[in-house]
Amino acid sequence: MINRNPQLDKNRVLQHLLTMEGLPAAILLQILDTAESFVGVTERDVKIVPLLRGKSIFNLFFEPSTRTRTTFEIAAKRLSADVFNLNIAVSAQSKGETLLDTVDNLSAMNADMLIVRHAQSGAAHLIAKHVRPGIHVINAGDGRHAHPTQALLDMFTIRRYKQQFHNLRVAIIGDIMHSRVARSQIHALTTLGVPEVRVIAPKTLLPSKVERLGVHVFHDMNEGLKDVDVLVMLRLQKERMQGAHLPSSEEYFKYYGLTPEKLLLARPDAIVMHPGPMNRGVEIDSSVADGHQSVILPQVTFGIAVRMAVMSILAGHQV
Amino acid sequence: MNIYIKNGRLIDPKNELDVIQDIYIAGGKILAIGDKPDVFRIDHVLDASNLVVCPGLVDLSVRLREPGLEYMATLESEMNAAVAGGVTSFACPPDTDPPLDEPGLVEMVKHRARNLNQANVYPIGALTQGLHGEHLTEMAELRDAGCIVFGQPNGLLGNLRILMQAMQYASTYGFSVWLSPQDKNLAYDGVAHDGEVATRLGLPAIPVCAETIAISNIILLANEVDVHIHLCRISSAKGLAMVRTARQQGLSMTCDVSMNHIHMSDMDIGFFDSNCHIMPPLRSISDRDALRSGLLDGTIDAICSDHAPVDEDAKLLPFGQAEIGATGVELLLSLTLKYGMEMKQPLVKVLAGITSKPAKVLGIDAGHLSPGAAADICIFDPDIYWKVTSPALLSQGKNTPFLGMEVPGKVRYTLINGKIVYES
Repeated sequence: MINRNPQLDKNRVLQHLLTMEGLPAAILLQILDTAESFVGVTERDVKIVPLLRGKSIFNLFFEPSTRTRTTFEIAAKRLSADVFNLNIAVSAQSKGETLLDTVDNLSAMNADMLIVRHAQSGAAHLIAKHVRPGIHVINAGDGRHAHPTQALLDMFTIRRYKQQFHNLRVAIIGDIMHSRVARSQIHALTTLGVPEVRVIAPKTLLPSKVERLGVHVFHDMNEGLKDVDVLVMLRLQKERMQGAHLPSSEEYFKYYGLTPEKLLLARPDAIVMHPGPMNRGVEIDSSVADGHQSVILPQVTFGIAVRMAVMSILAGHQV
Repeated sequence: MNIYIKNGRLIDPKNELDVIQDIYIAGGKILAIGDKPDVFRIDHVLDASNLVVCPGLVDLSVRLREPGLEYMATLESEMNAAVAGGVTSFACPPDTDPPLDEPGLVEMVKHRARNLNQANVYPIGALTQGLHGEHLTEMAELRDAGCIVFGQPNGLLGNLRILMQAMQYASTYGFSVWLSPQDKNLAYDGVAHDGEVATRLGLPAIPVCAETIAISNIILLANEVDVHIHLCRISSAKGLAMVRTARQQGLSMTCDVSMNHIHMSDMDIGFFDSNCHIMPPLRSISDRDALRSGLLDGTIDAICSDHAPVDEDAKLLPFGQAEIGATGVELLLSLTLKYGMEMKQPLVKVLAGITSKPAKVLGIDAGHLSPGAAADICIFDPDIYWKVTSPALLSQGKNTPFLGMEVPGKVRYTLINGKIVYES
């Protein structure tokens, strides 16, 4: 059966944020514009607005995370919502409760919004399909599939530093195959009109037919980094060295790690991004991570404003 | 009871018949076709006007989930589903819990099935003990218990020496070996076809070479061992081409395809529809089209339902965690008719793929309407469309990628050994 985009209702209003795929540019820009107005809030002494007063937001993390969960929590609190953190890994699921039973219980507690992270691709879609109308689901990362708020905060950061999307070359470097961040970034960048999105990785870290997502594929940093405006470094997980994806982190760093020398290939005003957490000396050299072209810490700051924007729009508030 | 089936459109692929003729049944067998025999007392009349009368369907893969997996389905529920689908004979794969690797288990299944007095059940014996691929089963003993073929349904054995020995041992007794061509190392943790859809959805992928390398190994081994091989569930254009070549070179090899794979592709996964989590994975549209052509040119012998009822809760999980399988025995006829209509093929040719040809693959005397044959008959209305919904299915498994679709053809009567076992 063909389902319509499960993120939008029949009036094409955003009901859930599950993936960047299939969302119109207007909605992405609306989120970015709303986030701009919240950046001011996060810089004030009193960092709270009452938009979501009385709303219950549940952080439902089936996979451990510190930063993403914390930024969602901060974002919700700054909107005056009540936030509840459920550490599923050590509670219900370990007692045998199923994913959807957990969700039903939260529905019964009158949750207004569920923020979900799960190790399986498609978990957020499953939950969104299952919850009663009126409950909004935000995907905080599902398997290798999507991490839409990360992609949105990356778009926000790019727009802050580069103003426009239509004249950019963006390179995403590293483990594309296992990365939900990369998939969401690719959809967001192409939707927002970036004319050239590149992916750079050894063939073992690229999913098949990745070019069908609208990217140019490179295997050599020296070619792929030429004249790019934005570099996105992806985290390389240690597990990749245990299988046959890569021989060693040393060899990976030599050919795919971002060093000051390789950064010189990019445009002089290029910015360096990383969704975190970083592996210094594996995918990125410390001097680049901490260098003047790095916008890695601003990404984290903007992440709060972007998540505030997503939550307030889902709750029906335009700013 | 003597039954007179009148005015039906009789289609018998084996005898290449498609005519309006009457059938006379006595003593559980087809007594005559056409003119009424001189001595025939009519006990019961079935008016088959505007209906098709064809041999009862033969399905090469129906999982009854017994023994061991009764929470998914039971022999009763699935045997009822089979006859509701017009299926009168079927093979059941040995991947039960425990697997069908001991004569006692096979006898139990045969005995339970016989008591239900419905479809003819042909358990496929496990090729190796526990299906672990390490030790051979007692194939001759299993034959005596009721197995007529032997298989390894859960992917290709890692150890090719043992597979070769299993082939040699099976061929000693003239048993054919049924293999599911999927290399386990290449399939690894994959849940979907390695293509654009899996890439987009971030699903671990199974490359086509998991199938082609398995087929290649099987062909090379079968060349060394004089054994008949049946490949279960071909899924790719490349795999099919290899089978075609091997057959042209004289290898004794047959193959089947599931009805899911001739209608669906990985695109149907949509937004993670776990009903599409089946094995082998639904591949690309061009693979699907190649399989359709393979049926036409005869490279593929049979269409099976690959019936695998699954507990509904086990499907209410993220795609990769959802249990593999789809219910199907009640859809085999309809989806075969749908295929035939889409390919503009005559019924007599299309129905061969679910009657005479699978019977030949299984090596049983079934799937035809010759006088003297057991009166296993399916009578269906080809012009009715019905909607696939959970309540419309008798199987305990309600999960199928076809849920919500309108499909052609509804079974009106199913006869086994001259007895009406289903009527709607």
